[in-house]
Amino acid sequence: MKCRELADFLMDYVSGELPEEHRAHFELHLSRCRNCHEYLAQYESTVKAGRIACGEMSDELPGDVPEDLVKAVLAARKLDPAK
Amino acid sequence: MGSATPVDDEAALIAQLRAGDESAYEQVVRTYGGRLLAVTRRIVGSEEDARDIVQDAFLNAFKSVGRFEGNSKLSTWLHRIAVNAALMKLRTRKRKPEQSIETMLPSFLEDGHHEERFKSWDEPVDKALERAETRQLVRAKIDELPDGYRTVLVLRDIEGLDTEETAKMLGLSVNATKIRLHRARQALRTMLAPHFAASGGGKATP
Repeated sequence: MKCRELADFLMDYVSGELPEEHRAHFELHLSRCRNCHEYLAQYESTVKAGRIACGEMSDELPGDVPEDLVKAVLAARKLDPAK
Repeated sequence: MGSATPVDDEAALIAQLRAGDESAYEQVVRTYGGRLLAVTRRIVGSEEDARDIVQDAFLNAFKSVGRFEGNSKLSTWLHRIAVNAALMKLRTRKRKPEQSIETMLPSFLEDGHHEERFKSWDEPVDKALERAETRQLVRAKIDELPDGYRTVLVLRDIEGLDTEETAKMLGLSVNATKIRLHRARQALRTMLAPHFAASGGGKATP
């Protein structure tokens, strides 16, 4: 397996979906190629970074809903009730 | 503050909504509004549009709460309504042609090796992301991804939808969705790398 193929298989490997026969080759390459090892680490870190930056614990979230949005929704609902 | 407390008894809340209880509507907006606003903003890239979408999503949800079957959680149902509306907005908006992502994907030498030598990152991401400015940077870089890639990344990696559901929402095949997600992550890595590795990347010596 070459670095190019390893990059293609990366996502399946990370999610545990890479078939057994590819996984052995993947891991063999990984054990010999520092550059691919580093790329894999950064790929996983990137996914994690996105989750942390935009996730539940993120600053822009979620506790405070703008008061004017709450008021706007409730007012609009009264104008156009369900029934 | 503390308005986003989890709902203990969702069934009771839904019953109140169906009965037209005003305080239940308000509780739902306060509990779920922030998160809906964040994901919608991330998809459409505009605060004003996000607010309109979230407002409409709540109104639609309130109207159709009689049809809510309770197979999913209320929050999941609300997210679906808002995300679908956000994707619709993105489709109807006049956009400039999608920018190419190719230059942000890894390139390879003829022998199949990476062209770039990856410089290791200075610290673990969870540590780096303890800083608000780094979290802000990551969000800004996600926002820079072309629409078709950003939406897949948001739905899969941030909203946590599975590939099948993401594909369905975007009208893509499962395979196309997987390819897009992989490319979006690779592109995001390329954008983050100069900020996470002090001395940046470099060309591999032949």
